[in-house]
Amino acid sequence: MTTAPKFDQLKVGDTLPPLKLAPISRHQLALYCGGSGDHNPIHVDIDFAKKFGFKDVFAHGMLSMAFLGRLVTSWVPQTQLRKLGTRFTSITWIGDTITVSGKVTGKREEGGQKLVDLEVRCTNQNGQDTLQGDATVALN
Amino acid sequence: MQLDKKLIGHTFKPFTTTVEAGKIRLFCKAIGEEDPIYIDEAAAKKAGYRAIPAPPTFLTAVTNDDPDKGGLLRLLNVDIGLILHGEQHYEYLAPVHVGDKITCQQKVVDIYDKKGGALWFVVSETELKDQAGKPVAKAKGITVVRNPDAAKK
Repeated sequence: MTTAPKFDQLKVGDTLPPLKLAPISRHQLALYCGGSGDHNPIHVDIDFAKKFGFKDVFAHGMLSMAFLGRLVTSWVPQTQLRKLGTRFTSITWIGDTITVSGKVTGKREEGGQKLVDLEVRCTNQNGQDTLQGDATVALN
Repeated sequence: MQLDKKLIGHTFKPFTTTVEAGKIRLFCKAIGEEDPIYIDEAAAKKAGYRAIPAPPTFLTAVTNDDPDKGGLLRLLNVDIGLILHGEQHYEYLAPVHVGDKITCQQKVVDIYDKKGGALWFVVSETELKDQAGKPVAKAKGITVVRNPDAAKK
């Protein structure tokens, strides 16, 4: 069970414990195809991917967004998550090793809630961001 | 290829789907989520949940459970091999648990192009409500469509 950090103890610039993931495998994309209901063959069928100009299949953007979710819910209980959003800034290929990181960008009180804004991102083994996102959590 | 901006405002037929424990379990296996609250009802209840909660981005599996799957691409007349996911945003209004019956309704809110029509962007919003009619989440997605005509030039 996740125990949340305290609002008063956090400051802008504080970082979340990063997640270092195993290399993306074809098996993981097959599982995510079934698990997410995103059946686009471009993620699991190399013949289809090549037909549309790609060298190989590539990861679902939403798989990486799920990693952003894991980062945040391993830091605060999910019930305190208010917003999660991302831009998909580059393609994640088979074999890529993704690191998920986040930091506090703002603290505010709104509608009786103490809110903390976060910048969250997925970065590949070459240091290139694949996702650039943001999240808002409510803390006590 | 050109997308029809008159489709802005198109509202899709709503559908309802039940959040199932087995689907959450498979989703968690795929994303590497090992927190027992998503797999074991007793662990979820011990952590204060009334049932197993749906992980934050499991909402994509909920909205993908449309019996009229692929409706957006059919509306746009776009091949699935040409699309990429540009952006996704969720606003969480209330928790979603196993057993909840979620009704989803998607609407096209914007269509625009960049790079002289080489890329088209379709913005859609989906409202998710529970069995009591209470909004549980709002989703906003941007689908990017690669223009095959632009690639040939």
